[in-house]
This record gives sequence, C-alpha cells and structure tokens, in this order.
Amino acid sequence: MDVIAYLIPVALFLGIVGLVGFFWSMRTGQFDDLDGAAMRALRNDDGSMPDREPASKE
Amino acid sequence: MTAIGQPDKPAPVAGSSIADCCDASALADLTSEVFGVQPVDPASITISDPSAFVAMDNDGADHLHLLVENLHCAACIGKIEGYLSAQSGVIDSRVNMSTRRLSVSWKHGEADPAELMRGVAALGYPVAPFDPIDAAKSTDVEEKRLLSALAVAGFAAGNVMLLSVSIWSGHAGGMGEGTRTLFHWISALIALPAVAYAGQPFFRSAYTVLRNGATNMDVPISLAVILASAMSIQQTMQNAQHAYFDASITLLFFLLVGRYLDRRARAKARSTATHLLGLQAQAATVIDPDGGYRSVRITDIKPGMTVLATQGERIPIDGDVVTGTSDIDTALVTGETLPKLASPGSAVFAGTMNLSAPITIRATVAADRTLLSEIVSLMELAEQGRAKFVRIADRVARIYAPVVHILAAITFAGWFLLTDAGWEPSMLAAIAVLIITCPCALGLAVPVVQVVASGRLLRAGVLVKSGDALERLATIDTVVFDKTGTLTLGQPMLSGGEYTDADLALAASLADQSKHPLSRAISLVASNSERQALSDIREVPGHGIEGMLGSDRVRLGKREWCGISKAPAWNGGSELWLTVGQKRSASFHLADTVRSHAKDVIDKLRSMKIDVELLSGDTPEAVTPLAQSLGIENWQASCLPASKTKRLSELADSGKTVLMVGDGLNDAPSLVAAHVSMSPAGAADISQTAADLIFQGSSLAPVLSAIRIARQSTSLVKQNFGLAFAYNAIAVPIAVFGFVTPLVAAIAMSTSSIIVTLNALRLRLVK
Repeated sequence: MDVIAYLIPVALFLGIVGLVGFFWSMRTGQFDDLDGAAMRALRNDDGSMPDREPASKE
Repeated sequence: MTAIGQPDKPAPVAGSSIADCCDASALADLTSEVFGVQPVDPASITISDPSAFVAMDNDGADHLHLLVENLHCAACIGKIEGYLSAQSGVIDSRVNMSTRRLSVSWKHGEADPAELMRGVAALGYPVAPFDPIDAAKSTDVEEKRLLSALAVAGFAAGNVMLLSVSIWSGHAGGMGEGTRTLFHWISALIALPAVAYAGQPFFRSAYTVLRNGATNMDVPISLAVILASAMSIQQTMQNAQHAYFDASITLLFFLLVGRYLDRRARAKARSTATHLLGLQAQAATVIDPDGGYRSVRITDIKPGMTVLATQGERIPIDGDVVTGTSDIDTALVTGETLPKLASPGSAVFAGTMNLSAPITIRATVAADRTLLSEIVSLMELAEQGRAKFVRIADRVARIYAPVVHILAAITFAGWFLLTDAGWEPSMLAAIAVLIITCPCALGLAVPVVQVVASGRLLRAGVLVKSGDALERLATIDTVVFDKTGTLTLGQPMLSGGEYTDADLALAASLADQSKHPLSRAISLVASNSERQALSDIREVPGHGIEGMLGSDRVRLGKREWCGISKAPAWNGGSELWLTVGQKRSASFHLADTVRSHAKDVIDKLRSMKIDVELLSGDTPEAVTPLAQSLGIENWQASCLPASKTKRLSELADSGKTVLMVGDGLNDAPSLVAAHVSMSPAGAADISQTAADLIFQGSSLAPVLSAIRIARQSTSLVKQNFGLAFAYNAIAVPIAVFGFVTPLVAAIAMSTSSIIVTLNALRLRLVK
C-alpha cells in the first residue's frame, strides 16, 4: 500500500496542472467567443491570433 | 455624421481569405444566397463619425469596438477580418461571433475609423460603434466567475470522488481504519478550499436573501453544503466510518453546471437585446445658420433646427422638407409598401427612410415629441398593463425552499426526541435530508432544456431575446398577425410583365443605382445577368431613373414619365416601364408577395387549435384578398397602433393568451401588450427591441417551429420536474430514517441528474 504515498500526490498534481491550464486559457480569452471558435475551425489560413502583433498576412 | 470621401479601396473579392478545405467560393456564395448578405455600394452608405468611440492604449494603437449585423458563418468572419487586416495601419481585427461584435485596432493616426467602418458595411455587414464600458461588461465577469467556480468544483469533485470510491470499496475489502482516516483527511484538504471557493455564488445569494428576511433555493443549498462539510470534519476527527466531502462538492459541481448554462442563456438573450439598442442609437447632422455642419445626438434636436438627411439615411426627426426632393419609404411607420414623394413643404416623420436624394428638414417638434416617441410612450403604457409572468422554476422554488427546511428540521427533532441516539446521528440524518433533496436535478432541469431549445431555435432561424419567452410561447392559444412585412414580405417582387432578358438586364443596370423598393426588386431578380455600362445616370424622385446608353436615353420609371400612353393598365400592384429612346419599351409588374409557407403555417396553427387573427394598418381593399387567400376569418383593416393594442387587451380579457407577430413601428405597442411577441429580422429596430423573439428569412415557417419547440421544451421541463419529484419521494424517506450513507447519496444524486439531462437532450431528437 506504500504506493499510494506516490500515487495520491501524483494524481493531485496532474489535476492541478489541468486546473491551472484551464485558468490560463480563460484568462487569455479563449472562452470569450465559443461560437466563433467553432466556425474558425473551418478556416485554413491561420490569420491573426488574438493579442498577437503584427498580424502577418500572406 | 461627417462628410466622408469615397473609399479608395474597393471591397476585396468576397471569400478570398476562406479555407480551401471548404470551397471558398461556395462559402462566400452561402452568405449571399442563404442569408441574403449582399455587398453594398460604398457610396450609398452613411456612417456616423465614430471618433468619439476610439480609444488609444499605451502602445500607441487606437481601438474601436463595433456592433456588427448579418454575421452568420465562418465566411462572414473571414470576409470581415480579411478585409480589415489588408488595410494599411490595421494591427489586429477580431470578430466575436457570440456577441456579434468586432474589435479593430490600428497604429495611431494611420487609418481612418470611418473609412474602415464604411469598408465593412460595404461587404454587407452594417456596423455601429459602441462603448465597451457598458453594462454588458459586468455580466461577462459574473459568467467568468461561475465558470471558474465550475472548474474548481469539477477538479475537486473528481479527486475527492476518486478517494471516496476507494473508501467505499474499502468498506467491503477491509481497509484499515488508519488508511480510511488518511483518505478522509486528504478529501478534506481538497474539498474544503474548493467548497469555500466554488460555493461563493450560492453563499452570497443566500446571505442576501436571508438579510432581507426571505428565502430562496440557495439557502438550503448553502446550508446543506456547509453543514455537510462541517459535520464531515467532525466525523473525520473521530475516525468515523462516513464523511460527506464528496457529496458536498459534487452537489456544488452539478448545481454550478446548471447555473452556468442558465447564465449563458440569459446573457445571450440580453446581448441580442443590447445589440439592437446599440444599433438604434444614432446621431443626426444639423446645419447651423452659418452653414456649418455638426453632428448632434438625436435627443438634442430642437424645433426650428435644420437637419440634413442624406440618401439612404433614416430621417431623425419629424419636420417639413426645406430643400430637395426625394422618395420616402414609410413602410415601417405606416405599413404602406410604396414610397411617398417628398418635396419642399411636405411633412416627413422620424423613422422613415430617405431613399433617393439628400433633403434638408426643418424640425417642427423636439425629439421626444415625434411620432416615433409617441409610439414609445404607447409601448410603455402597454408594458405596465402586462401581467408579470412567473417562470415555472421560480414557482417551484417558492414552495421548495421552505418545504426542505421544514423536512430537515422535523428529521432532526424526530431523531433527537423520539430516539436516544443523541444530537450527532440526528444531525447526520438532517444533513442527509438536505443533501438528498438538494435541487441538483431541479437546477439542471430548466437550463439544459433551455440550452438545447435555443440551439434548435437558432437552427430554425429564431433568436430568443428574453429568458422566459419560451415558456410564455408554449401557452398561447391565439396568434395575431400584422399584414405588411409580416404575412407579406413588405417589399414588391417582380411578378410579371412584358420584357425580354435583355430588357431586364438593362433595367437592372439602372435599378442598381437606386434604393427605391421597385428598383431593388428588379436588381434582385437580375442579380446574375450582365450589366450594361450607362452614363449620366440620375434619379428623378417621384418619377424614376434615367441614363444614357450610347446616344439613347434610357428611362426606368412611371408610365407617364416614360411616355407610354396606349398600353392597358395593370391593377395587381405597381408597374415599371423601361424605354430606350423611341426604339423599344418593356413593362415590369411588381406586387408585394406573401411569405412562403404562410398558408401552410396558418393551416397547421389551426390544426393545433390556435386561433388566427389579422390586424392591419392597410386599407380593407388590400387586406381582404390576402385574408381570403390565407383563410383568415377574423381580420381588421385600417388599424391604428392604439386600436391594435385595444383588440389585444380585449382578447386578453376574454382569457386568451396571444402571440403577436408584427414588424412595423405601428405594431411595436401591440408587441409589448401581447403575452408574447415575435418580429421578423427586417422589422423596425424598435419593434425588434420590443419583441421577445426574432425570426429570420423570408418564410413564415419559423413562427410555427418556434411554437412547437416552445411547447416541446416546456413539456420536457415539466417532465423533468416530475422526475425530480418522483426521485425525492423515494429518496427523502430513506434519508429521514437515516439510511443514507455517502455512497447512497452519491448514487442518488448522480442518477437523478443524469436522467434529467438525458431527458432534456431528447429535445434534440424530436422532429
């Protein structure tokens, strides 16, 4: 049963990584436009990213 | 509005920046064919000066936020962003599909915001600037807070459940007491901070109502979560067998899912409403006595001021024409299909559209005294008369919260007084009651159905503007239609005449230059035919439009103006004549067409035992044939706005619940007065603002689909409440008698939530 001494912290750590990732994605505005995100998937030319400059076209 | 020069850049080829994986041109065509997004002649677009809305940030970039209309699909995003990022100086542009907003930024001073707006509008997407620091911002924050709480609760629930499952298997497999207590402590470590964070939306709301001496759903929720956590700590300290950490955190998780969905549905409805309001706010151009032009808010216009209304602009104020002659489209105000001629001396009204030439108007009233504002005050009156509607969920909550509290109290008292178990087991039983009855299923029942329903409505072309619109729509037994623009398209369509394809193409070459409804009809029919190059094109208000083809004068317009005298008259609507010098002539017949599926929809409504009525502001001669062809027996013609609301209150008094469908300004008061209302997407802004639902497209079918979906979703909501109550009827006695272990609680909560959600998703399947 000693293995739980590693497993539980590992499980918690992975969970926290996911949680931090989620907060990061929310803070960077990735949840601001869920409808648009679904539609942008149809586009091929990965145009300007949000908050990234300057927009490189062509 | 300031004077703005011609755009120096033409609109880019439509769809040039769209994925190759889905045929670019096909997608671009989609926007024009399916959604009617048509490129617009840039010269005809009037843009009010947006400089007041431009904000500069620290990096020396200017930002502008715009509301965009007509957004539909990936191609729309591609067209707008592709156009903007190709402009010099533009740093970034981003369309937000959910809020239908566009933010654009450019290097300070290197781009003209009005020019950018004009360019986007020329692609077929009307824009209006707005101030992002408005109410919408704070609701956004609330939504994000719920989402973060949901994420934390989800993380904690997953991990605690992992430990709890081990403990439950340990009960059977002989887990040692030490390990169990260790697991309980780890659970506590995860669950307590998570509850403290994720429970805040409920705690705050419960605290607020309690301070006001009332109660709501959040009180038993908060009580259950806090008591369960506290009790579990106490149990863990005593190395006891059961702890309820998983129950309190999964409870929060399920409830937050429901809360978040509900919030999103409301925010969406609200953003539709504010979007419309934003598009409505406009400025007017006043000409000062010294000849200078300045931009003035419409509300600041005083009687006696001279106001300029350019071609294609809405007339901002009631007044008399001073200079200029033009055709005025009054369809939205009076319901008449054909424009009226306005020349110096004639009266024009706010809200009507100036079609063919710039005119100056001397304001005769202040802005709050226009015909438009009279209609607004009529609307306010109607609003007061409208009975306050209480949603099913709120009605349930009113009974629910006290019942749960009483049940828990009785359980505690019963255990404490009738058995000799002591306060601890009594408390555990009472907490079990609170946990078991917690409205997981109830909290999910409505939001999930609402989300699925608005998704289906959106696909049917219906936008929902108020949260309770669906519930109200489900109860209607009478539909009242307006005529022009609602049952009919409100714009003339080519219905016949004597012409060849070449005549049509030539007529369209002239008609393209005009905003007159008859010209538009010709342009639309001939949208695929080759245009001919004409010179010296000019519009003669009240008569038609003319130009030179080589040495021949080509005229498109009224029969007298075109010099036709012999041909027999056509009485079915309006006619247009085309003459090329003395060489050849052709005629076009145009009539207002009935929306497609209108007859079908009305027959189906009747088969659903829904009465249909028609209230029109048009003449009896115009209404009779339509009413007969659609089989509507109850109709009234020549209705004033006030007589429409009167008829609606008569219907309400006789116990009817009425759906009003209308588009004009004259319908706006009755849209507010009715139990629930719909208006087409082409309706007057004020009517769209007043209506609960908006339907798109040229067919009447969305009205029927909306009623059907509303009925289905309301019956699903009721079913879900039924399921939740059935579950409580079984689970509560078990809890009261103290048989609820954490395992039982977890199974009961999850299954009831899953069943309710699955039942709601059935709405996707039903046709």
